[in-house]
Amino acid sequence: MAAKKLNLKDKYKLLTRDLDWDFSYEDRKQAFPYEDFEGIKIHDWSKWEDPFRLTMDAYWKYQAEKEKKLYAIFDASQQHNGHLNVSDARYINAIKLFLTGISPLEYQAYQGFAHVGRQFGGVGARVACQMQSIDELRHVQTQVHAMSQYNKFFDGFHDWTHMHDRVWYLSVPKSFFDDARTGGPFEFLVAISFSFEYVLTNLVFVPFMSGAAHNGDMATVTFGFSAQSDEARHMTLGLEVIKFLLEQDEANVPIVQKWIDKWFWRGTRLLSIVGMMMDYMLPNKVMSWKEGWEVYFEEAGGALFKDLARYGIRMPKYAGVIEKEKEHVSHQAWWTFYTYGHAAGFHTWIPTDEELDWLGEKYPDTFDKYYRPRWELAKKLEAEGKRIYHNALPQLCNTCQIPLLFTDMDNPTEVSHCVTEYQGDKYHFCSDGCKDIFEDEPEKYVQAWLPAHQIFQGNCGGPDIPDILKDYYHFNLGADNLDIKGSPDEQRWKEWKKQG
Amino acid sequence: MSKVYLILQDNDDSRYLVEAIEADNPEVTTIHQPALIRLEAEGRLVINRETVEDKLGRDWDVQELHLNLISLGGNVDEDEDRLELSWAV
Amino acid sequence: MTIEIKTATIEPIRSTFANLQRRFGDKPASRYQEATYDVQAETNFHYRPLWQPDRLLNDKRRTAVVMEDWYSLKDPRQFYYGSYVQQRARMQEQAENNYAFFEKRDLARHLSDDARNSLIRHLVPLRHVEHTANLNNVYGSAYGYGTAVTQAMLFDGMDRLGIAQYLSRIGLILDGNTGESLSAAKQSWMQDSCWQGMRAMCEKSLTVEDWFETFVLQDLVIDTLMQELFYVRFDQWLSEHGGQDVGMLTEFMRDWYKDTSRWVDAVLKEAVSESAANQQLIQGWFGNWRGRVVEALAPVVADMNIDDAALDIALQTLDKRAAKVGL
Repeated sequence: MAAKKLNLKDKYKLLTRDLDWDFSYEDRKQAFPYEDFEGIKIHDWSKWEDPFRLTMDAYWKYQAEKEKKLYAIFDASQQHNGHLNVSDARYINAIKLFLTGISPLEYQAYQGFAHVGRQFGGVGARVACQMQSIDELRHVQTQVHAMSQYNKFFDGFHDWTHMHDRVWYLSVPKSFFDDARTGGPFEFLVAISFSFEYVLTNLVFVPFMSGAAHNGDMATVTFGFSAQSDEARHMTLGLEVIKFLLEQDEANVPIVQKWIDKWFWRGTRLLSIVGMMMDYMLPNKVMSWKEGWEVYFEEAGGALFKDLARYGIRMPKYAGVIEKEKEHVSHQAWWTFYTYGHAAGFHTWIPTDEELDWLGEKYPDTFDKYYRPRWELAKKLEAEGKRIYHNALPQLCNTCQIPLLFTDMDNPTEVSHCVTEYQGDKYHFCSDGCKDIFEDEPEKYVQAWLPAHQIFQGNCGGPDIPDILKDYYHFNLGADNLDIKGSPDEQRWKEWKKQG
Repeated sequence: MSKVYLILQDNDDSRYLVEAIEADNPEVTTIHQPALIRLEAEGRLVINRETVEDKLGRDWDVQELHLNLISLGGNVDEDEDRLELSWAV
Repeated sequence: MTIEIKTATIEPIRSTFANLQRRFGDKPASRYQEATYDVQAETNFHYRPLWQPDRLLNDKRRTAVVMEDWYSLKDPRQFYYGSYVQQRARMQEQAENNYAFFEKRDLARHLSDDARNSLIRHLVPLRHVEHTANLNNVYGSAYGYGTAVTQAMLFDGMDRLGIAQYLSRIGLILDGNTGESLSAAKQSWMQDSCWQGMRAMCEKSLTVEDWFETFVLQDLVIDTLMQELFYVRFDQWLSEHGGQDVGMLTEFMRDWYKDTSRWVDAVLKEAVSESAANQQLIQGWFGNWRGRVVEALAPVVADMNIDDAALDIALQTLDKRAAKVGL
């Protein structure tokens, strides 16, 4: 029989889409129980457009090729002391934050996509989610393997999963993903596939990774870009999810809009950490956080929302505030970490004079006016032997869990602080955006495991802060924390460079 | 019209991909940054299998693009002959 | 690399991560260990799942099996993502060669009518069983505990999707890419009385709540019987009835089974030997599902017209395997 040629779309459909069937013996709702409770209406899963059409044989083939290339770089880096090629020991601290703060989110993404990859009633959507699930497992594992080398020569990497579950600032990323995974399956996809993957992760994996390359970190840029090659698939999934939900039923539009409002705000807050990594932690600069934000959020995100306007979807709520924040958040975040540097699992420092000038150039409207004077003061105090360390436990936002450090964007010397009451208790927030999220689901957010509260309640050992840092967080005090100046990391680095 | 974009790893394979894209999309802007190449265009950008095969001098599967792809923006339409990115507005 | 330093002067300050030092001492760890142990979050979850408010996000209580340390369920293949895809890429390359050869030489032409009809009626419908196996393993990956077992369950889940796609390709080879044989096979799956027991069993398996029970049902009971009946006995029947070349197209499934059994057996053995309570529990599940799956498969085995003793032999294979892991 002469075989007819099958195009990719038909072939994929025959190989994948037809595998499921209408149940006769069990109630399908029992096999796929979580599809209804969020109020999303799906009438016809067969209308799902496969965002990519990769069969497993091709998946194994291409992914194995990527892995082979990636591990060849890791091996070479390990055999040739690749850690010595980075621009400066300060740089390493950015990837300490990456391993302890971001890699565990890759793991949560694996778990979350396995959950929805089991739960969706439509086979096309399920398979796309399953592939993303295994990709995310890839990402966390390649990141651990890349960092394994740095862990052998620098402090602060050594107990990354333990820290992620406990350390105060790491509850920011952890609560973000816990929030998404504890939501229903459709909210999870709007949160992660759409809001996070389609728009926000670009900022981590494109400009930041380009920065890693510019700072001589071959291992990180290689896993970063190799991960991103999967991300292109995830992005198309994110866009398909949104279109599918919006096309299935008009009643889905306001629900989706609410999730977009929530998750863009939550994502923006999460990324303030990346902003500070870009502006302050990369000794060799590629672009400022603000420039990255303009390209990947404003331009790319703007195009996206223009396209979605036909469904009645508008820009995320507080987009106006978000636009103003790009001028401020990285500076406010790094200042906070600098002043709490004794309680951080990585090193902090005062930017060099050249860096202060660079920041002044990149942020002409804000840096010299609001932030440079702080650093001049810090320099003066440091010279007098009085480096600034704040000891009071900060008030945390009940939603994003970031200390109340952000200012009112129209009045950048005033810390923004919102309060709401629920069942007789007061709850504190960094912004209207975070307060809205709480007020929409208070019964969820009152459960938050807020690190400062937990310390006060005695759930983290102690009672003194150094005991908590050492025994509960597993920090090696005097090695992992404090200023880079005088740290064992810095001493070793100087020693290696002297020999070089 | 909004810009669509495609970002490739800066490596040897990508040089041929960039040549092919530039040949088929005269309006494209190519931007080099550390370790990456960003290609952007108003409204639409297409990669054709045949053009890439001409440049590479061998058979090329559109899905091989994913080996070197870092990111993209725009609606994706992919089949065995081409990958197209577009925005309608 | 331009930097030249006497390597002796660049001593590492530690051999591996602290969690691995606690488990194995301060010595260099394998990539499997680094990628696996303690990677899943253990404590301080922020919110209860809206979809399961009585459980934590990661919760050991999603199965009645109790383990002191869930990371003792390690994978003897030491598969992490990279080693897994590279192993499967080698297998798919071989499979690709086999499929290409079969198609190029048009070996389907040599099939007897009996063999062709039986392939469509008996082998191709297994794609639906594989699809169920995909969901059941992804279930364990999503609700199981500890990276050691959950990552391996995802690998198995993706394997099953791959096998479902290979089986579909066999259908497409038989019908010259029209998809007619896939429709005929689905018709058979949906309507022929011989398949209804197995279809009901697949539907049932998707409603089992305890993920370890699902694992026992799918990866031990169903898979052992299917392998023996379809990829050994039926393959033999095909060889004797003008379908010997089909073996090229199912080689992947036999290689896969050998590979995966090593992992399934190791997990079962470890869980069963952990405690008398686990043993009893798993034994109970095994006993219950063993009989029901046999019952579900009996009509299709009868319809296949293979060796009368096939089901008994398959059952012996299953029991032998179960005994090996302590059941």
